[in-house]
Amino acid sequence: MAKQHPYLLEMNGITKTFPGVKALDNVTLKVRPGTVHALMGENGAGKSTLMKCLFGIYKPDAGEIYLDEQKVDIKNSKDALNFGVSMIHQELHPVPQRSVMENIWLGRFPVKGIPPFRFIDHKKMYRDTVALFEDLNMGIDPNQLVGELSVSKIQSLEIAKAVSFNSKIIVMDEPTSSLTGNEVEQLFAIINKLRARGVSIIYISHKMEEILRISDDVTIMRDGKYIGTWPAPELTIDTIITRMVGRDLSERYPERTNVPGDVMLRVEGLTSPHAHSFKDVSFELRKGEILGIGGLVGAQRTELIEALFGLRSVKSGSIYKDGKPIVIKSPIDAKKHKIALLTEERRVTGIFPVLSVKENTAIANLGMYQNRFGFLNEAKMREEAVKGVEKFKTKTPSVDQLIRNLSGGNQQKVLLARWLLTNPDILLLDEPTRGIDIGAKYEIYSIIIELAKQGKSIIMISSEMPELIGMSDRIMVMSEGRSTGILESDTATEQSIMRLAAQTG
Amino acid sequence: MEAAKSMKIKHAFSQNAIWIVLVALILGIAIIDANFLSITTLRDMLIQSSTRTIIALGAAFVLITAGTDLSAGRVVGLSAVVSASMLQMPDYASKFFPNLPQLSLIIPIAIAIIVGLLVGLLNGVIVAKFNVPPFIATLGTMVAVYGANSLYFDMPPNNSQPIGGLRKDFTEIGTGAIGGGQFSIPYIVLIAIFVAFIVWVVFNKTRLGKNMYAIGGNIQAAHVSGINVARNLMWIYAIAGALYGLAGVLEAARTGGASNNYGNMYELDAIAACVVGGVSTTGGVGRVKGIIAGVLIFTVINYGLTYIGINPNWQLIIKGLIIVVAVAFDIRKYVAKK
Repeated sequence: MAKQHPYLLEMNGITKTFPGVKALDNVTLKVRPGTVHALMGENGAGKSTLMKCLFGIYKPDAGEIYLDEQKVDIKNSKDALNFGVSMIHQELHPVPQRSVMENIWLGRFPVKGIPPFRFIDHKKMYRDTVALFEDLNMGIDPNQLVGELSVSKIQSLEIAKAVSFNSKIIVMDEPTSSLTGNEVEQLFAIINKLRARGVSIIYISHKMEEILRISDDVTIMRDGKYIGTWPAPELTIDTIITRMVGRDLSERYPERTNVPGDVMLRVEGLTSPHAHSFKDVSFELRKGEILGIGGLVGAQRTELIEALFGLRSVKSGSIYKDGKPIVIKSPIDAKKHKIALLTEERRVTGIFPVLSVKENTAIANLGMYQNRFGFLNEAKMREEAVKGVEKFKTKTPSVDQLIRNLSGGNQQKVLLARWLLTNPDILLLDEPTRGIDIGAKYEIYSIIIELAKQGKSIIMISSEMPELIGMSDRIMVMSEGRSTGILESDTATEQSIMRLAAQTG
Repeated sequence: MEAAKSMKIKHAFSQNAIWIVLVALILGIAIIDANFLSITTLRDMLIQSSTRTIIALGAAFVLITAGTDLSAGRVVGLSAVVSASMLQMPDYASKFFPNLPQLSLIIPIAIAIIVGLLVGLLNGVIVAKFNVPPFIATLGTMVAVYGANSLYFDMPPNNSQPIGGLRKDFTEIGTGAIGGGQFSIPYIVLIAIFVAFIVWVVFNKTRLGKNMYAIGGNIQAAHVSGINVARNLMWIYAIAGALYGLAGVLEAARTGGASNNYGNMYELDAIAACVVGGVSTTGGVGRVKGIIAGVLIFTVINYGLTYIGINPNWQLIIKGLIIVVAVAFDIRKYVAKK
């Protein structure tokens, strides 16, 4: 080990300016060989921009990158791969219609024969894939179609692919965001294995507990600036938060000042027509109450609330609002019954990327702006959008800005404003703070509590147990499509939630 | 500050790039032959652009929803034949309907437009209710509409003879003008301007317009937002069909006749004008102003290059280049922003 350079990767003085914004200001990142290096910061702190500079997607205005003490000029992601740098994206992009092994060796299939008669050597490809998986303790069939794999298996596949390129540095962007507890353990086992071989992992995540567990060093960024690098054992969640936001967040959750009233929504025996979806779910939701729904990935929580919104069909069971039975077959019905939904996949089912903040705010409620001739009142639309921006302190230059140029947290605020304009009684929130930075999270928590205080009933799915406990009045825990229990949040603990979430059969 | 200023100029430039190209084209042609800059050529080009604008605006409705409409040209042909078949002079020798009484002008025109609307509605139903990809759905209607038109056109006693001898009050719509002499304004141009204004209102001031942009921008989010996606799509395709229908009527009036081959491939010109005019092929983006500019650019190429005596085959090559280059630049705009 004496011959080792102290740092495998050094990024020095990286500066990148976009029109009007200094996205990176003299940022430093030094990664030791064989370590897990956590990169932390709120959304918009510049983590992704820094990684894009590393992969040659952006060209930094200033600064230098050294790999093994060699100055390198990475022009694109192919260059990066050749230099031994690969990335496991938050959203994975495999080719679902092709097999596992074809996905791994895509673009560099082993061939046999004499040019120009060269054919793909499937046998060698299979052998190499098996060897690769055995080496990493991954039980994946090389011939299976990728489309049939679970998210965690696809992620393993991507990691195996990175290893097959002999990558020395693997960047993982929010690798656990859609993994269950068990799958996280498997991922960590793989990470440990890679670390033992001298591979360095740059680990980007918002989950503090995980970071403190897995990482050796932690680099914190804030507003495009480098704050510092510390050995992980010297840090606590509170110190990380303080450095990330630059202020003392003594409370991670605002005080719950809402007072639950009469029953607003009663669900009885709701069952999906699909075998592996929600079954026989019953619960009550009171006026002004925040009901959390906890559970592991695959517990069918999203499916349940999407059924309440009419996006999924229901085989049996009944829904009562204000004591009257209601039937919801489409989002149009749901809107009529004053139910709103913020979906989990903000970019897929929430925002209209090429439309402005104004239009994104107004779209679910255009009827409100229509005069008796059927024309829309543009000025009123603008006024309401501006109100929404001001109320939620959404960071946007104007309401004419395209929503895709906003950060995740600010997009979420626009979506909240959109649904509040429909004046809902019941708000269904699916992972409302997923992928949102801490400062914005707190603001969204405050908004949710304020809404409950105004008498709106809220159902909030969350995979973060502290968030469930901190925000909910009661917590319903689901496992394998069934409700396994409803806990009072005052007495709920992560352990008690976990026990119910893991309950099977 | 300097950077911000140069950004602003750049922005203004890229937003109006198409108008700059248009002016440059006109000036370029005028340098070669100064006579090009006359009121007569200008008016001729506007007349040529009129029906194309109406068809392109129809196609734009569909393109903005991230769809496509290949049936446009054949619907133009169908409505041209339908309207012409009912608008022949009473004493014309070979009439399509020998015993047809003299109808009020509005009836055949309305029938032709409604026929277009119904074909569009059919497209909308196939796309929205049966989830057939728009390319395939409208390919199907494009072929079938031509078949139906040819059958109609072949009915005795017409037997596939070009329909001529149209009534003067009808052809006046396509050839007449307000005012006289040099400064007269053709009716057909006024109609196109009026249609463009109505379409602008629909795009910008109505729920249907906002829903159209939303469906094109993210159809899933539109569904989740409680927009009745299927109903909006059916309306959008139907309106597009009605506009093609109107264009067909105007083509018959302008040329004083009709046959089943009218409108052939007009859909490609319309789509080309839209994409050159900044309508995004991935949906959610497109403005009336840009579409008009797109139509004008192609008219100037057609008319202007003929004017200075360039071989028509070269015009096709130039047109092809412009389509591809315009979209390549447009796509670059989005790629760079990532």
